[in-house]
This record gives sequence, C-alpha cells and structure tokens, in this order.
Amino acid sequence: MVPADLRYTSDHEWVRIDGDLATVGITAYAAEQLGDIVFVELPDVGRMLDQFATFGVVESVKAVSDLFAPLGGEVTATNPGLAASPESVNGDPYGDGWMIQLRIADPTQLGELLDAAAYDDLVAAG
Amino acid sequence: MPYGPHTASDRERMLAALGLTSVDELFDDIPSAMRASPLDLPPPQPELELAARLDALSRRNRTDLASFLGAGVYRHWSPPAVDQLLLRGEWYTAYTPYQPEVSQGTLQSIYEYESLLAELVDLDVVSASHYDGAAATAEAALMTCRATRRERVLISRGVHPHYRGTVATYFEGGLELQEIPLVADGDAAGTTDLAALERLLADRDRPVAGVIAAQPDFLGLLEPMPRIAELAHAAGALFVAVVEPVSLAVLAPPGAYGADIAAGEGQPLGIAPQYGGPYLGILASTDALVRQIPGRLVGMTTDLDGQRAFVMTMRAREQDIRRDKAASNICTNQALLALAASIYLATIGPHGLRDVAALGASRAADLERALAAAGAPRLHPGPYLNEFAVRVPDAPAVHARLLDRGVLAGLVLADAEPADLSLRDGLLVCATEVTTAAEIDRFAAALATELASVGSGAR
Repeated sequence: MVPADLRYTSDHEWVRIDGDLATVGITAYAAEQLGDIVFVELPDVGRMLDQFATFGVVESVKAVSDLFAPLGGEVTATNPGLAASPESVNGDPYGDGWMIQLRIADPTQLGELLDAAAYDDLVAAG
Repeated sequence: MPYGPHTASDRERMLAALGLTSVDELFDDIPSAMRASPLDLPPPQPELELAARLDALSRRNRTDLASFLGAGVYRHWSPPAVDQLLLRGEWYTAYTPYQPEVSQGTLQSIYEYESLLAELVDLDVVSASHYDGAAATAEAALMTCRATRRERVLISRGVHPHYRGTVATYFEGGLELQEIPLVADGDAAGTTDLAALERLLADRDRPVAGVIAAQPDFLGLLEPMPRIAELAHAAGALFVAVVEPVSLAVLAPPGAYGADIAAGEGQPLGIAPQYGGPYLGILASTDALVRQIPGRLVGMTTDLDGQRAFVMTMRAREQDIRRDKAASNICTNQALLALAASIYLATIGPHGLRDVAALGASRAADLERALAAAGAPRLHPGPYLNEFAVRVPDAPAVHARLLDRGVLAGLVLADAEPADLSLRDGLLVCATEVTTAAEIDRFAAALATELASVGSGAR
C-alpha cells in the first residue's frame, strides 16, 4: 500500500499537497523498477511548468526516464541532497528522495491525479 | 564462424513472418522523393580487368609533389610500429564493446585513448569517439545548448569553414548559429574580432549557449583563447575550443584557459592523410558536462574478484537505451582510429610529440623566410605555429602552375573562403617535421620563377 495522503500520476510520480505548495517525487515502485539511481537532473528554481510537462530526468544504472510534473506551477525549490546522494530516491522515495517543490497554479488539476487506491490498482495491474 | 549474406529463401521467410511481399515495403515510411534513385553503375567486370582499371586510376595520384597543404589535415611521420600493431587481427572486432566479459582488450584500449587525450587537452572527460573534427565540433555546439537550455551559438570565422558548415547543418532543426567576424587589419588581423564578440554576447533577449573558436585558427594564427573564454563565461555561455592535437604539446591546452569543451581532428596523431577519411573526432569536456557528452565513456573498476576491469560507463545516455532522447543519435566510435592515435602517442611519448610540434614550427619559420624572399610575404602579422597565409598575386593561377612544377602550394584561400575579399590573393601553406629544406627550396624557386613571369606580363 502506498502512502494514503499522497496523489499519484500514471507515470509513477507522487505529490504531497501543503497549502498552495506541492512536493513531488517518484514512487517506491518506480524507484525499484529503475534500479540503483545514480543521477537526478532537476529544473532551475523559478521555472514555470505545465501539468504533465517534463521537469527533469532520473538516471539509474540501467535506464534513463523523464520526470513529469503532476501539477502545473512555478518551481520553488529542488532537493539539494540529490546531487550528492541520488540513492536516497531508492532508500526513502517519499521522504529524503523528494525532487521538486511547486507553487500550485490551478488546484482543480488535482482532479486529474490518482488517489492511493487507484495507484495501487495501477501497479497491481502491471 | 559462418558469415554470409541472406539467401533468397531466407529473405522470403523473413518477409512471410512480417506479412510483407517485398523488401521495398519496409521503406514505405520514407517519402519516395527522398529515397535513393537507382544507382548508375557499370556491369560487373572480370577481376583482372577490374584490377587493371584500379591500377590505372591509382596512377592519377601525384606522389611526386612537394606538399605544403595542411588546412585541417597534416602529414606527420608515424613510427612503423603504429601501423604494424594496428594491423593485428585482434582489433578487428565490434567497435562498441557492449559485453565487458568478452571485451576487456578493446575496452582497455578505449580507456587508454581517453586517458591520453584527457592529458593532452587537460580536461576531465574524453569520449570515444566521433567521425571527424567537424562532427565533434557540431556535437560540442549541441552540448552547449543542452547544458544551458539556450538556443544560440556563436562560432568564429576562424573555425575551419567545413566545420562551420557541419555545425550549420546540425543546427537546421531550429537552433541559431551566428558567425563572429575576424579582425580585418592591424596586429590582430585574421583572428577573432573580440569587440564584435562582445556586441553579439550583449543581446540579452537572445542569450548565448556557447562560443566556439579554434586554436590555431583556420589561417594558422594563434587566438586570444583566455580572453574569449572570459567573455563567453561573463555572458553565461560555455566556451568550446577547437584544437589541433599535435599543437597541444607546445601550446596551452584548453583546460588551462578555461574551455568547457574541446573538439578537434585526431588525424595528425598517427593517421595518414586520406581522401575523405576515415578520420577521428576528438571530444572532451569538464566533469560538470559529463552527462551531456555524447559517445562512449569507458571506466576502470574492479570485478567481483577484486581484479582490475574496464566497462562502458554512463551507458544510460546512449541511444540503445535513451533512443530519441540520447545525447546523440549521430555519433559513432572510430575505434580503430582512436587506437591508432593511442599507439602513436604511446610510441613517440610526450617528448617526441613536443619535438614534432617544435620541428614543424621551425620548418614553418624557414618556409616563411624563403617565400618572403621569393616575393610572397605573409598576409597577417600575428604569431602562428606551423601554418600561415601568404600573399601571391593571381593566387589561383599561380597555384595551378606550381602544381605543374611539382609543388602543391597549399590551399587557395579564395576557394575556401570566397566571401572574404581580404583572402583573395592568399595561399594557406604549412610545414611539419616531414617538410624538408630541399622541398622548401624547390617551392621558393618555383614561386620566384612564376612571380617573375607574372611581373613581366608573360604567361
């Protein structure tokens, strides 16, 4: 069971809502599928993102994947710890492995995301 | 191991499995206007006749010439050990060794190439490798756009015109390439116009991703590379140095003057001049750009038993994994040519390479004196290493007549740079360690004779 308080995309990003701020990362399932993560490329603070736009790249020993923004908005912070410790995406995907924080442009976009149960079903369906 | 082309029945079985009736259907996605039209080839010839024809063609090669042609490709002495080692059958193997467990030798050779070149250019990362200097320069230009997320690159007109053309082709997809003019006259004539560069960089609405300049430049002149690097960096742009590898034995390497990327033609390192290649593109960068550099990177590690081992590293940027989002879908590995460069460098060593570069400079100084005495002074006053332009009235015609006298008098600059009127009477000539005093005398004497006949109005 994935954390119940988060929302999810079908591309395996999670988002945690705190007022008008949204914190974004990738799910434990995505991290496990990618394998050992060696590099995360993140956007500059201040960049405006559309919902589901590419915001970065995650690179593991065997694959490289684009990262998609669950919500539109301005990037207000990126995780400074990932440059030195990208492996925290594997070790603590919902905590130390967070990637970016956004100022939410349009809260109604939340309706297009999956809740925990729906995401669990998605993963279970493979 | 049997190896042969597919038989007709092989092809029929494969087409049947695909549900197709002809091979042409596989190419339906390509518009017919863009497909190769039938090739106009003569019918097959018996081997004896073919050998005779090739022999006749090969006799059209001029091997009697005293050559002063450089312009991006340079003749050097290559110790016989280089070709002898290169011809060993063990090297004729997959050019990209994806399986480390069966490719340790090839991987080690690439690792050594990268290590030797990194020392020469004084940068952290060298990729193996690229088609030629032009392709490597174009990849360097694309790297600056990816790294800065900007879309405008400035390239000095001092960069080889073929390289500028190749970068322009790569940029046709929508990136902007602008040329920085050369200084027209005065002490800095023929080098990058720094005031023009500053003006181009000052346009804040169109931020610059990268600035590209060559050392030495196409005209053989030495560029103020540290200053160009400073100007580029002050505008938030990356700096790409296009270099000639032998010169790095005596000139400051790109890493020493702040270049973020170095690109260049590896041909001078043990690879004979050949019509159309194959050549070797050198591409190197700082560690900060390691994820932007296309091509194979080989790393040294330890295996499960703790023994030294070599592997392809950071594979995930490559096209077999990232497909359309790969760092490049154009680059290749010129493994055998990279190996030639490695054997050459290892054979002659750092002192040998310094001797090669210094001897070329010394011969070029002799050439300058001899040509000036014959009536062809230099076109530019600035310092050069082993290549320079001279002023010859009616240069294209004189060049053609010198060929009849057994002298290849360098490059006609009006052919290479037709738009630059200051080069209209220019010949670009070079000397290397293989240039002899006798050849220089022959060139100077033939030129003096030609100029005398031009001067007297006789043709």
